[in-house]
Amino acid sequence: MAEQERPGAASEGSRTGAQDRPVSTARMIATLYGSRLRSQATFRTSFLADVLGQVLIVGTEFLELWVVLSQVGVLGGMTLSQVAVVYGLGALAFGIGDLFFGEIDGLSAQIRSGRLETLLIRPVPLLLQISSLDLSLRRIGRIAVGLGMYVTALAIAGFSPTPALLLLAVLAPFAGALIFGALFTMAGALQFWLVDGREFANAFTYGGNYVATTPGAVFALPMRAFFTFVIPATLIAYAPALALLGLPGPALVPSWAGWVGLPVALLAWTIALILWRAGVRRYTGAGG
Amino acid sequence: MTSHPVPSLPTPSDPSAARSPDVESSPALELAQLRRDYVVRAAAPGSRRRRRQRVRAVDEISLRIERGEAVGFVGANGAGKSTTIKMITGILQPTAGSVRVLGRDPVPERRRLAREIGVVFGQRSQLWWDLPLRDSYRILGAMHRLTDRALAARLDRLVEGLDLAGFLDRPVRQLSLGQRMRGEVAAALLHSPALVVLDEPTIGLDMVSKEGLRRFLREDRAERGTTLFLTTHDMGDVERLCDRIVVVASGQVAYDGALAGFRERLGSPRELVLDLAAPRLEALALPEGARTLAIEAEGIRHRIAFSGAELTVPALLTRIGAQAEVQDLSLTEPAVEDLVRRINAGDRPG
Amino acid sequence: MPAHGRIAAAAFRQYSTYRMATAAGIFTNTIFGFIRASIMFAAIGTAGGELGGYTMLQAATYVWLGQALLAPIEAFGTREVSQRVHQGDIAVDLLRPVDLLSLHYAQKLGRAAFLLLARGIPPLVVGALVTGLALPEHPLSYLLGALSLLLAITVAFLADMMVNLAAFWLVETRGLTVVYNATMNLLSGFLIPIVWFPDWLLAIARATPFPSMIQTPIDTLSGRVPPAEALGLIGVQIGWAAVLALAAWAMLRAGTRSLEVQGG
Repeated sequence: MAEQERPGAASEGSRTGAQDRPVSTARMIATLYGSRLRSQATFRTSFLADVLGQVLIVGTEFLELWVVLSQVGVLGGMTLSQVAVVYGLGALAFGIGDLFFGEIDGLSAQIRSGRLETLLIRPVPLLLQISSLDLSLRRIGRIAVGLGMYVTALAIAGFSPTPALLLLAVLAPFAGALIFGALFTMAGALQFWLVDGREFANAFTYGGNYVATTPGAVFALPMRAFFTFVIPATLIAYAPALALLGLPGPALVPSWAGWVGLPVALLAWTIALILWRAGVRRYTGAGG
Repeated sequence: MTSHPVPSLPTPSDPSAARSPDVESSPALELAQLRRDYVVRAAAPGSRRRRRQRVRAVDEISLRIERGEAVGFVGANGAGKSTTIKMITGILQPTAGSVRVLGRDPVPERRRLAREIGVVFGQRSQLWWDLPLRDSYRILGAMHRLTDRALAARLDRLVEGLDLAGFLDRPVRQLSLGQRMRGEVAAALLHSPALVVLDEPTIGLDMVSKEGLRRFLREDRAERGTTLFLTTHDMGDVERLCDRIVVVASGQVAYDGALAGFRERLGSPRELVLDLAAPRLEALALPEGARTLAIEAEGIRHRIAFSGAELTVPALLTRIGAQAEVQDLSLTEPAVEDLVRRINAGDRPG
Repeated sequence: MPAHGRIAAAAFRQYSTYRMATAAGIFTNTIFGFIRASIMFAAIGTAGGELGGYTMLQAATYVWLGQALLAPIEAFGTREVSQRVHQGDIAVDLLRPVDLLSLHYAQKLGRAAFLLLARGIPPLVVGALVTGLALPEHPLSYLLGALSLLLAITVAFLADMMVNLAAFWLVETRGLTVVYNATMNLLSGFLIPIVWFPDWLLAIARATPFPSMIQTPIDTLSGRVPPAEALGLIGVQIGWAAVLALAAWAMLRAGTRSLEVQGG
């Protein structure tokens, strides 16, 4: 840095190096997320404890399904290894979505503390700032367990891949993560109206996770409809698992629904962004 | 009501493309009959029912600030200063009236405007708490799409002017308040904004830190011709940084004029308290612009009021030193609240 | 004791002002109740109408009581005391004439009383309307259930205090809190009844105070466990309350002493 020339020299010279190029959008985003990664790597011991804690939470959640299945053998038409595919895929998708957007549902605290105002005076979209500022690496624990369980369970459950199914297996976690990201963003946007309503949003985000990691056939028809067409939770892991394993689906969630993840994610994000924009507009209209 | 055009993504390559000639030549700040109401829910005493109530925070403020001016915006707590700043920075939509900042409508053009204004909230940090101070500037530089060269050059200047070198690699949470505020000011000035908005920039700082901060803000303004908009409780900030003062009270402009005129209007705002080595019961002979307010403690303590505009402290002391031996002295600056009270008393008879 | 009564009343009133948060909590609790009931119904349906002593109706009652009691029992813990320890404010608290643990216990009881009414009743009403609830056959179950609930709140409070007081020795308690919550969530019988556990896991659960926090009051209140048997479970709760009270008190004393040594 000491060798760098003064700005006067740059304007005179005809050289235009990398130093004179404004930061690209991609590099700006990389800088924002990268800064969070570094700050968290500095607290190694508590970081490790946090990751292990996450692993434990995922473990006890799956233990619930395991205990039930050790009693009855089949749940919602699925065996233990098939349920593990649903659970692993759901946990992986939720883990990624939670990593990038999980802290948005704490927006009301930022509204109350006034921190939101310091974000609003920067030339970067608010959503991108919140997502990168609060990126919480300890959530990698859930992602790791989810991924491990997804891959292992697919192998045990007798997954016979065709090129199309392989593509679905790779895309499904990302489509699911996008849907969860949209749900978190909607949950955050709601807090512009309901400042004390954080827990209200939990019904859709964490509730969505609960449903997504469970075989969808266990839900009675009205609930299954709600968690498919309103909150698309059964389309995140259950439907793709049906398609991957070649299983028939129950009413409302046919096997082919496993392929609609990406379009649904797109639709969810469209609604989420409209809601978010309306929320920010309400905030600037109503004040802190 | 103003319409909300879709805020397009800022074009990273050429920020000037968005500027029309009209924007370039417009005043830094133009507030016209600006009004802002809040709706609050408050319970009447003894009642559990909460009623919606309209509270007017800003009431018809009109103000025009040209590019390059330095304006102190002062007033008591609750006078409407913070609300005005929120409307200027695009955080808050006015209830009525209009606000234009550097030729732009702040709320719909908030993100574009953010590239041209720098804001320091004295009570709120904009730095990354758990990262070294230097990283905050790297991130802000990326947010403002500065070139590496421009960032390095600007940071060099800020580090030198604000004396940040000693703690640039320390995490922000470990900095003292004075160090952190210098860091905050550097963060607000990093992208060389045309308008600098400072909300209580020296609150809680000791005298040395305050002076350092003020000195650099003056230097930076002289170098770049920045417009400065400052709210403060500290009259010293206004005296050192501003050439114009606007006093708000109850959401309205109570005074607007040059700083010199403000002092004149209020008479002699500063007070010198002298303890003499030997008692002296008659008043000291004082130069023009100073007068004895009181003689206390059997002639030991003399209270002298004087105008900082007409008279310097050394000149006053030289004159006094010729008449009596001074053992101790203190100088009090009038608080903004006092001045505002006096303004109000003058404006409203009774 | 009048001071404690006033503290409890103040906590009750304070919580009654969080109306939006309460409404949001009820909504979320109810949605989760439906999800949990669905899983249990599916399991019991597959098993042929009864699983580990639970019929459909008993399972529904178990789920809705769990959702109703989750907020008042507050098994997921609090953070206030650990934060006060970390910020050093605890030194001020210790100077007060009122004993720290009893003060927080009074607050907790006031809070729990409000949460029981506001967050406990709605999920039960929804459950009664949608799935039906199994009511106890013996009137004594209500009385024992109330006692068991009070003890559950007490045991959960004391365990939570121990987690919080660990802040005297740990720089960061979040890891501990996460581990505690995950363990409690499973072993307390909140997710699924502990009698469904395989024997080894059931043995582990029974060796901890966690079933005393949730499984026991639910079983006693619903009458799934007859009064005679419930008395034994209540005895276990009393035992845990005594042990944890001693442990929490010892931790507070040791923590206070370490504070004095540091001159804090």
